[in-house]
Amino acid sequence: MAQIFKRKPMAQQDPNLRSKNFEEVALGYTKEEAVEEAKRCLQCKRPLCVTGCPVSVKIPEFIKSIADEDFEKSIKLLKENNSLPAVCGRVCPQEDQCEQKCILSNKGEAVAIGNLERFIADYDRKNNLQKVISVKKSNGKKVAVIGSGPAGLTVAGELIKEGFSVTIFEALHEAGGVLIYGIPEFRLPKNIVKKEIGYLESLGVHIEKNFVVGKTATIDELLNEENFDFVFIGSGAGLPSFMNIPGENSIGVYSANEYLTRSNLMKAFLDGSETPIIKGKHVVTIGGGNVAMDSARTAVRLGAETSTIVYRRTESEMPARNEEIHHAKEEGVIFKLLCNPTKINSDDNGFVSSIECVQMELGAKDSSGRPRPIVIENSNFQIDADVIIIAIGNKPNPIIQETTPDLKISEKGTILVNDDYGRTSKKYVYAGGDIVTGAATVILAMGAGRRGAKSIMEDAIL
Amino acid sequence: MGNILRKEQLSELVWRFRLDAPRIARKRKAGQFIILRPLENSERIPLTIANWNTHDGWIEIIFQIAGKTTQVLSELSVGDSVHDIAGPLGKPTHIENFGKVVCIGGGVGVAPLYPIVSALVDAGNDVTTIIGARSKNLVILENEMKRISNLLIATDDGSYGTHGFVTDVFNELIKNNQKFNLAVVIGPVIMMKFTTALTIKAGILTYASLNPIMIDGTGMCGGCRVTFNNEIKFACVDGPEFEASGIDWDGLINRQNSYKNFELNKSNDHQCKLAGV
Repeated sequence: MAQIFKRKPMAQQDPNLRSKNFEEVALGYTKEEAVEEAKRCLQCKRPLCVTGCPVSVKIPEFIKSIADEDFEKSIKLLKENNSLPAVCGRVCPQEDQCEQKCILSNKGEAVAIGNLERFIADYDRKNNLQKVISVKKSNGKKVAVIGSGPAGLTVAGELIKEGFSVTIFEALHEAGGVLIYGIPEFRLPKNIVKKEIGYLESLGVHIEKNFVVGKTATIDELLNEENFDFVFIGSGAGLPSFMNIPGENSIGVYSANEYLTRSNLMKAFLDGSETPIIKGKHVVTIGGGNVAMDSARTAVRLGAETSTIVYRRTESEMPARNEEIHHAKEEGVIFKLLCNPTKINSDDNGFVSSIECVQMELGAKDSSGRPRPIVIENSNFQIDADVIIIAIGNKPNPIIQETTPDLKISEKGTILVNDDYGRTSKKYVYAGGDIVTGAATVILAMGAGRRGAKSIMEDAIL
Repeated sequence: MGNILRKEQLSELVWRFRLDAPRIARKRKAGQFIILRPLENSERIPLTIANWNTHDGWIEIIFQIAGKTTQVLSELSVGDSVHDIAGPLGKPTHIENFGKVVCIGGGVGVAPLYPIVSALVDAGNDVTTIIGARSKNLVILENEMKRISNLLIATDDGSYGTHGFVTDVFNELIKNNQKFNLAVVIGPVIMMKFTTALTIKAGILTYASLNPIMIDGTGMCGGCRVTFNNEIKFACVDGPEFEASGIDWDGLINRQNSYKNFELNKSNDHQCKLAGV
């Protein structure tokens, strides 16, 4: 009976091996492992896990189907509420969401909901279980979705099934948003993202790449001249923050967005890539979120002798998933906590040579609810570095706001919505994801996408 | 979109391509640029829109072969399509009737200067254009500029026009009591640094169009950042034009060297198919 409290561990690449390649770290469950893990689920009458899921996945149901080895039923149940399960199974912080609420976690380990979601999504992809999905006949309404990241893809997926004509406008030359430029290959293989997007296209979603809404056409032009009935803005929080410390423009200082875009989207990690990236020997990443972990771990794989995280609070305040912090440590990333950068030094040719930091201590809680870091005077020290990655967060990209004057925005530049359902101050225009909340997670963007789609469906009937 | 309608060699390393791009042609304003990838695996590079035709739906780019990607681009043929093209990007040049304007272009910087000269002339300005090049065969767009503005040319080797630099020509105009309400300067970064110093010294409001390394071109990565009046600005969304007096030129010059070694290796790898270059 004690067995029920321990979850089946999921195989992973050995740290020494995986720190030299970009292949996926997690290797997934075998069918037998998945079935065994699925049988742990108590099938609670009042499942608390579902309340922890931003898109209300039918968790006990899809897990029961795995336990019964009815895999086709499982993926069907899962996809009723989650259109990108292969992605979510990999990047969702389940430990803060569904798994945190699992009743088994009171006495032992939660059911490995994330691992099971990943298993069934991969099984479906490999075995082509889900063949035909019913798409309602055309209702004559056209929707323009701005951005092909998690929010936009989710909106598109929901609306195409309901008979809307859907066009996604993507600024970059490849669709996927953060899924393709932000999250590295070793956490989320790009062929999986491409397959999920291909599935949407097979349902009839049209994706126009290299189209920058606000520049190539404005929202008003889409509504008034191109006959779109509704517009959903999922343009994301793509405007990197910098620290504004001396030396930040030296050669070798990257925003995490630039570093990851070069590596993930432009494939600079591959030999023979056309896009350069400076492969530093001593890489220092400033920040404590998932993006910082992704950057530091990418640096390791690009051959850095040392890859260091500099963060001004302690590990318990770090926003990154524990799993990512744990993986980073296993791969040899050094953590310099309670440290804050003050100055970046460069050599005679303008290349970064070191970063000066000061030590911090924790004081009373600040507005974020976390203890405020306070400088310890005269504690300055240097870290040798030839690449510095600034991963301290992103602000909303301003292009759409600047070209849509009647769209109400907040002081921070995020688009204001009336409620949780995505309606903006502009009629027929909706928004969701990071452009509304500021930088957050894939699953929250997907939740916003589902609710935005619901609003559009409601308003289309009126 | 992106089909090559016409290609023309303007000088040893400089090409003019006409591309089918109806949406971009319709929306573009002077001073804006595109991001382009010649082939599927190419890097993303920014190129200013040098000319356009809304009715026929094309734009023209003029570029100098500066590394592998521009080399690859130059080798595409009429009828081929570039793999990706996005735009129009950047903030358009602020155009109004300033009165008397001097526009100074160095080398291939003359290409982005042309649409600005054109727009300024359309707005009623009296425009004097100064073009500089190393020698006569590197002068571009002479006829186009002569048609719409008072054109002066300077060559380093004296093979055409004034023997000297654009700054010499400009100084001469100032010495002869010419007054200008606005100066627009575009060219290699060092040229812009020194030329704008002179126009500012002469008391003229001066704009420069910057050309840092870019990746996405939509403000998402910060790779094109420049310090302007002690603040970090992104050339792709806040620029590419900035008031010259606020620009940290040395920072800009420095960052342009970021990938010199990479570029040298890439160019060596590339098998050049052009004979006689």
